Amino acid sequence: MEWGIQSVVSKASFAGETMEKRFFFEKYGVNERDLERYLGAALSAGGDYADLYFEYVTSTGLSVDESMVKSASQGISAGCGVRVVTGERTGYAYTDDLAPEKILRAARTAALIASGPAKTPVVSMKEPTHPNLYPVTDAAADAELSKKVELVFRADKAARAYDSRVQEVRAGYADELRRILVIGSDGTFAEDVQPLSRLSVFVIARDGKSSAKGSSGGGGRHRFDIFLTEKTPEHFAEEAARQAILQLNAVPCPAGEMEVVLGPGWPGVLLHEAIGHGLEADFNRKKTSAFSGLMGKRVASDKCTVVDNGTLNERRGSVNVDDEGNVTNNTVLIEKGILKGYMADKLSARLMGLPNTGNGRRESYEHIPMPRMTNTYMLSGDDLPEDIIKSVKRGLYAVNFAGGQVDITNGKFVFAASEAYLIEDGKVTAPVKDATLIGNGPDVLTRVSMVGNDLMLDEGIGTCGKDGQSVPVGVGIPTLKIDRMTVGGTGSAE
Amino acid sequence: MATTGIQVELDLRELVQGAVKRAMQLGANAAESVVSEGSEFGTSVRLGEVETLKESGSRGMGVRVFVGKHTANTTTSDLSPEGVEQLVRGAIELAKITSEDPMAGIPEADQLGQIDGDLGLYHDDVYSLSNEERIEQARRAEKAAMAVDARLTNSDGGTFDASIGRKVLANSHGFVGEYRSSYCSISAVPIASDEQGNMQRDYWYSVARTLKRLESPEEVGRIAAERTLRRLGARKIKTQKVPLVFDRQTSVALLDHIFDSVNGDAIYRHASFLAGKLGEKIFGANVTVMDDGTIPGGFGTRPFDSEGVPTRRTTVIENGELKSYMLNTYTAKKLNLQTTGNASRGLAGTPGIGNGNFYLQPGEKSQEEIIKGVKQGLLVTEFLGFGVNLVTGDFSRGASGIWIENGELTYPVEEITVAGNLREMFSNLSEIGSDLIWRGSIACPTLRIEGMTIAGE
Repeated sequence: MEWGIQSVVSKASFAGETMEKRFFFEKYGVNERDLERYLGAALSAGGDYADLYFEYVTSTGLSVDESMVKSASQGISAGCGVRVVTGERTGYAYTDDLAPEKILRAARTAALIASGPAKTPVVSMKEPTHPNLYPVTDAAADAELSKKVELVFRADKAARAYDSRVQEVRAGYADELRRILVIGSDGTFAEDVQPLSRLSVFVIARDGKSSAKGSSGGGGRHRFDIFLTEKTPEHFAEEAARQAILQLNAVPCPAGEMEVVLGPGWPGVLLHEAIGHGLEADFNRKKTSAFSGLMGKRVASDKCTVVDNGTLNERRGSVNVDDEGNVTNNTVLIEKGILKGYMADKLSARLMGLPNTGNGRRESYEHIPMPRMTNTYMLSGDDLPEDIIKSVKRGLYAVNFAGGQVDITNGKFVFAASEAYLIEDGKVTAPVKDATLIGNGPDVLTRVSMVGNDLMLDEGIGTCGKDGQSVPVGVGIPTLKIDRMTVGGTGSAE
Repeated sequence: MATTGIQVELDLRELVQGAVKRAMQLGANAAESVVSEGSEFGTSVRLGEVETLKESGSRGMGVRVFVGKHTANTTTSDLSPEGVEQLVRGAIELAKITSEDPMAGIPEADQLGQIDGDLGLYHDDVYSLSNEERIEQARRAEKAAMAVDARLTNSDGGTFDASIGRKVLANSHGFVGEYRSSYCSISAVPIASDEQGNMQRDYWYSVARTLKRLESPEEVGRIAAERTLRRLGARKIKTQKVPLVFDRQTSVALLDHIFDSVNGDAIYRHASFLAGKLGEKIFGANVTVMDDGTIPGGFGTRPFDSEGVPTRRTTVIENGELKSYMLNTYTAKKLNLQTTGNASRGLAGTPGIGNGNFYLQPGEKSQEEIIKGVKQGLLVTEFLGFGVNLVTGDFSRGASGIWIENGELTYPVEEITVAGNLREMFSNLSEIGSDLIWRGSIACPTLRIEGMTIAGE
């Protein structure tokens, strides 16, 4: 798969004027005067800024397990969060009851953060045009349930058909439709309808002597049809089964420092952990990031250019507007190895005098927004992937990962390889067992000596956790060679 | 607050019983409904100034229906009569598309029940402080941390949080039960810098069900500072095999993996390296693991599990022999066993499996004595990442810690991984500490493990 990197901000549309427009106004009787009252209450004790975040989410989930759809679930969640910001302080309260008196009470609670004369909000009902990155109608959530059931059965069948050693198969399908309305005391007005769907497959293979697992999945902000054409159940099922069968014969992973080649796509979780979090503006405002004070300095080899791009069509990490009502951007974080930009939300942009990059995101109306990644990836370089492998005498070729974690302050990060191979004399040889790779964020990219011409983004399965809040994200890299990294296996390095 | 007043309590019981009744009217042959409500308060103070103040209450409801052998479940935050009607109808409708599962169902009527008496899970004092007093708790914790040493130059703040919750469960066998719970916690996260400007962060916290049992903000701050300072100047070490000592923060994570490995869900799917090992010697003879959902005031204590089965005390591993899996109704049926009262659920989805108070039986020696016995090795104080494969038991996680030389703690170590296999690791426990301390629903004393690999330089 090839993913072009294009900005689609110019593709403004009037999706907002269609049937989805004014959802909260119609369903909950919200009106302009109420909104003014709520924001007025929020700023009744002063404060620099206040906003209201209305959210209404419907979700569906079902899975096949032992070739049965054992259960299915659907849910509705609705609520409103009120935020008041004064200086560096934030007051927050929410309600899952959208009755006017409940929202007013939340506004008065949030107002407790400030102590000063009341301010009058500027309420605008004029929505600026925003991009239209994903389908509002025909989203996956609208498809008939029977079609969703069909997907997981197909995945089950395909995984079992792949190899008789595939003994356990679980396949899950989940979608949601999230409607948001953000009203800010600075005139912010944004509405969006955000579809999201995902298909995932988990497989266990067994032979006479060992067991192994494999998993795969993907999705995004698509029409349902994507699962019938590109991201088919068979595609994910066969991929999960392939990994599990491969792992049956994996050898212990070597331990110690060695050359590491990362395959394209999902191994981009390296960027997410090693540098992504460290470049979120909040940590840098507080100077608690290992990247604090490195703006304009070299943090990667000159082959590395890294962006965070929330404007890619239908990607899992993309949104038309962030959860503060700002349009998302294609933000350059590292250009030819030099640190160029942070990812900012309203609060950090204002306090740090930075551009607001549209990275203010939150898990739900119960949460305070903060700077978060969208789709974070490295641009393609000039090297051929096969040349990169050939250049390694002895090392590790890691193509699939199970996720990672980072300590923002000291910069140490890990990511766990779930599919990796030894490289011996320029050739990919034996598959190795799961192992964690560990490195130091501010210098791991300085050891990138080759960058492939094969950028891929992941298939749409990533969820990022920060301070207890989960948001969907995307990652990607071309094939990369890192000259030295610590690999945490149990085998001998020699 | 949402949880005061007798009237409101009666309403919630009626609400779940009404949903069950409605499901039966609409054609279900069994049904279960749960409602939970809670209030939370949280504040953080950074560098002496209030950073966030958050306060809210929420409610939600879930229903699970069985139509023939078809199951489905729905959730909503709309508890109006229309919302509940939509919830129940939605579930009945949804059940039409699921498969027949011969094992599906709620527990038998004679399995239901609850532990009587006050289990000490709820203390309303956690919500008794004024906003100013709450902020002061957070402020004091941070201040105490920063005062310990001049190298503590920055902070991720101090926090005070409190929450109260109530859960009501009913099913079509006529079971209805409810309990309340409360929590409060204090934390501090100081940041230290060395002469080169390299930063380290660590934290400490105290959590309790009542303010009376919460450590003082000063104590929390002091420990957080000490934990942070001891990381300054950390280095990498060579790739090698040496004895590893896991302190309580990391040993509890290892025991958590063992809980996941005896989880009935993983067992019947053969997704655990302990599947099919019931009655076998799996670990060293010094390993005994218990799960007890009945300890008064415990973080894992509940009067009944999420299916209305009374919680109990279960011997999981005795002298290295696997005695029991952790089961709910469904997984017990799949394995032809009896539920252990470990069903666990939020509002959404089918019940999973959760621990009660899950712990490894302590030994005789203090952590100091265990460290004294190590000629060369590593005290592991933190894990980074989640590199565990339960299917194989293979374990590989990022770690940091303190090097042990001739029984003494020396310099801090970072940017390494520690790797092994859970089955071998728990067969090679050469020491088990006496220091079993409950700071959550899983507790494990200090452990010394032989034969693991450190990957470093």
